[in-house]
Amino acid sequence: MKTKPSGVSEQADVRASERHAGTKTTSAGVSEQAGVRASERYAETKTVAADPRGVDSGPHFMDGDHALAEGALAAGCRFFAGYPITPSTEAAERFAERAPEVGALFIQMEDELASIAALIGAAWAGQKCMTVTCGPGFSLMVENIGLACMTETPMVIANVQRGGPSTGLPTLTAQQDMMQARYGPHGDNAIIALSPDSPQECFDLTVEAFNLSEFYRVPVIILTDETVGHMHEKVVIPPADQIKVVPRNNYSGPKDSCRPYKFDSQGGHPMVRAGDGYNFHITGLTHNEKGYPVMTAEQNKIVVTHLMEKINGNADEIIRLDEDQIDGAEVVVVSYGITSRIAVKAIQDARKEGIKVGSLRMITIWPFCEKRIREISAKVKAIVVPEINYGQMVLEVERNAAGRCKVVSVNHCGGAVHDPQVILDAIRKASQ
Amino acid sequence: MSTDIEKFKAGSPMASTLRMDRMPHIWCPGCGIGSEVNSFAEAVKRSGIDPKKLVVVSGIGCTGRVAGYVNFDSIHTTHGRAIPVATGVKLANPELTVVVFSGEGDLAGIGGNHLIHAARRNMDLVVICNNNFTYGMTGGQVTPTTPGSAIASTTPYGNYEYPFSLPFLMDASGATYIARWTSLHSRNVTQSIEEALLRKGFSFIEIISPCPTLYLRRNRLGDGVDQLQNYQDNSILKHGCDTRETGIDYQGKIVVGKFVEKNKPSYLEAVDKCCVKLVGDDYQLYGKTIPEREAEEKAEKERIAARRAAMSAETEGQGEAVSAKPRKASTPKAAVKKAPAKVAAAPKKAKKVPAKAQAKSVKKAATKAKPVKKAATKVAAKASAKKATPKTPAKAAKKIVPKATVKTKHVAKAAPKKTRK
Repeated sequence: MKTKPSGVSEQADVRASERHAGTKTTSAGVSEQAGVRASERYAETKTVAADPRGVDSGPHFMDGDHALAEGALAAGCRFFAGYPITPSTEAAERFAERAPEVGALFIQMEDELASIAALIGAAWAGQKCMTVTCGPGFSLMVENIGLACMTETPMVIANVQRGGPSTGLPTLTAQQDMMQARYGPHGDNAIIALSPDSPQECFDLTVEAFNLSEFYRVPVIILTDETVGHMHEKVVIPPADQIKVVPRNNYSGPKDSCRPYKFDSQGGHPMVRAGDGYNFHITGLTHNEKGYPVMTAEQNKIVVTHLMEKINGNADEIIRLDEDQIDGAEVVVVSYGITSRIAVKAIQDARKEGIKVGSLRMITIWPFCEKRIREISAKVKAIVVPEINYGQMVLEVERNAAGRCKVVSVNHCGGAVHDPQVILDAIRKASQ
Repeated sequence: MSTDIEKFKAGSPMASTLRMDRMPHIWCPGCGIGSEVNSFAEAVKRSGIDPKKLVVVSGIGCTGRVAGYVNFDSIHTTHGRAIPVATGVKLANPELTVVVFSGEGDLAGIGGNHLIHAARRNMDLVVICNNNFTYGMTGGQVTPTTPGSAIASTTPYGNYEYPFSLPFLMDASGATYIARWTSLHSRNVTQSIEEALLRKGFSFIEIISPCPTLYLRRNRLGDGVDQLQNYQDNSILKHGCDTRETGIDYQGKIVVGKFVEKNKPSYLEAVDKCCVKLVGDDYQLYGKTIPEREAEEKAEKERIAARRAAMSAETEGQGEAVSAKPRKASTPKAAVKKAPAKVAAAPKKAKKVPAKAQAKSVKKAATKAKPVKKAATKVAAKASAKKATPKTPAKAAKKIVPKATVKTKHVAKAAPKKTRK
C-alpha cells in the first residue's frame, strides 16, 4: 500500500486496521488459550476419515447437483430436508435415493421455511445436515438462516442459482444471489460462502463446507449455479480414508460448566446435543453464553461482535483463492463459479495478444478476500470482474481497490454465460 | 428478601422441571399459560419418561416463552417454525420425545402450513396449543381462532372473519390424538399430555385460555377468574365428539374432551417399513438396525413403567398426607358444588372423566388463581356479569359497535371493579 489516492481508501484502511486491532485485543485472552488448545485453529482442528458408508468412491460421470449430494454423504451428513425447486432438485433426489442404503434420512418438507427450520432442529439433535434450493427458496429461508447464525448452528445450504428476480428464469443460469447470501438475514451476521466451478468442485467444496460449518458453527452456503448444477463431468470420489472430515464436536464435560456458546470471536467450540442431559436452551433472542435471553445493548454488542469476528477475524484461514500469473500482471480478472471457466478463454486470448493478464478465482466468496484485492489493486492497472448479474461482487472489489486501480465490471444479466469475446474486449480496454 | 426468594425457588415443587434461575416469568396475573406449564411439568413427571430425552420447542409469542422456562433441552425458534424445528429434532434422534408448546397464532396462523403437514405425516410430536384468541405479545391482535364479533386491536369494530376450529382442522389433517380443554381443566390437561407423551404419532392438545390483559379487557369480560367461571359454565364435556361440532362462538359453549385417539403408523414407522422392504434387515438409520432400535425402545418402555410404578406408589403415600390436611379455603364451595352437576348434565360419553377429578380441578384452579376472593364476591360478580354489558352475548355487542364502543369502554371497565369491592 504505497499511495492512498483517495480519502475513501484511507477510511477503508482505517476501518480494516481498527477491526484487526479489535481482533487482537479480543484474541489477547484467547491467544494464551490457543497455546493450550491447538485445535482453536481451523487448519489444525482434529479430522477423521470419512465414514465409508457414505462414500461412493471411484470415478463417476455426474452433474453438479448430484455431486453436492455425494459430497454431503461423504462429509457425514445424515439428515437432509428439502423442497423441490429447479435447478437444485436433483441434489435432493440423489440424497433421497441414497439415504436408505447409507442409513441417512431424507424428508421433503412442506416448504423451504420448514426445510431450513428442520435443519436447525436436526443439528441440535446431533446430525450433520444439509438442504439445497435456489433463489425463491433461498428467499424463504433467510429468516431462519438468521436464526442459525444467531444460535451458531452448523449446516450447509446449497443455492443453485437461477435467473431472477422473482420466478425469473427457472431453468437458466445466473449468479444473482451473491449479495443475498451475505446480507439476506436481517441484522448483522456473517456466513461463509463457497463457489464451485465444476461438478468435481461441487463434491470437494461440499465436504469443505461441512468442515468449515462444523468448526465455526455457522451456516455455510454453496453458491453454485444452474450451469454447474446441470453440467455432467467426470467426478472422482476418493476412497473414504482420504477424505478428511471434521467430526461433530459435542460437549461432554460437567453439567455446571456447560455453555452452548462462547463469545470469544473464535471457532472450535463444542455443540451441546439434545438428549445428553445438559438441558440446554437456545433462542434467537440476544442471549448470554448460557443461552438465556439478555436483551440489552451491551449483550447485543458482545454477541454481534462474536458472530462477525469469528468469521471476518479468521478470514485468512477460511479464504481459498485460485491464482494464476498475478505477479507482473497489468490486468487481473477476478471471477468465480462458472464465469471463471468462461474467463479462461478470454484470458488465454488476451495473453496471445501480449497483454499481461492474471486471474484470481474466488473459491471462497464470503468472507471476501479484502486483503488480497487491496494488495493486487496497488500493483495492477485494472481489475476486470465478469459475473452473471448486474454487478454485485464488483462492488466489493471496488470497495477494496479503493481507487488504487481501475475496476471494470463486465456485468451480464441472467439466462446465459458470457460470450468470452465480451470479457476479452474488457481486458483489452482495461490494459490501455 | 432475596434469600427468601432463593429459598422459595429452591423449595418449589417445580424446581426440578422449571428453570428457577429464570423466574419470575413474563406472564400476566390471570393468564392461563402458567397453569398449563404446571400441568405439563406434572404430566412429564407422571408419565415416567426420561426428562433427559425430552425436548421442548416453542415459537414466538407469550406461549413461545415456555421453552425458556422449562428445565429440559429447549429451543426457542422463529415465529411459526416450532413444528418444523421439532420435526428436525425428532427425525435426527428418534429416541427423543419432542413437545411443541406454542400459541394458536404461532401454530395455526403463521405456522399453519407446518401444523397441517405434521398432522398429515403423523409426525411423532406432541403439540400443545395455548389458544387465547389473541396475539398477546404484540398487543392483542385478531388470530385465526378469534371468535366472530370479538374485539381485537386489529378488529376494533368486531371480528368479521370465520375462525378455525382447531380440533376439526387437526382431524381433517390426520392427527391421531386430539383433545381440547380449557385452562380450568388442569387435571384433564395433565392427563391428556401424559397420554400424548406415551404414544407415537401426532398428538394435538388445545387449551382454551384467558388473556386478561388483552382479550378479556378489550371485550369487557372481566379478569382471569371471571373467564374461568365462564369456562365452568360453558364447557361441555363430550369425549369422542364429532370434531365438526367443536366450533367456538363468542363466549359460547366450549366442547371439551378427548375427541380423537386412533392408531396409524407414525412417520418414522412408515420410513422403517418402506426402507426395510428396500434394503432388507440390514437397514440402518443413523447406524442402528430396526431390531437394535426396537430393543432400545423396549428397554426404555420398561424403565418408564418402573418409574411410573415408583411414582404412583409415592403419590399414594403423599395423597393420604395431603387429604389429611384441612383445606384452608372453603370459600369456592358454591362453585365446586355446581361442577359435578354440570358434568352430569353433559352427554353420557362424559362418564369416563371422574366427576371428582373435575370438581377438584375446579376447586384447585379457583383457589390458585385468586385465593383471596370470597365466594360472595364471586356470586355477585356472576350475577352482575349476567346483567351487565360485559357478558352480554356477541349479538348485542355487535349492535353496539362501533358508535357505542367509546362510551361502553369506561362503563365496562368500571363494572368488574365495582363487584370486587
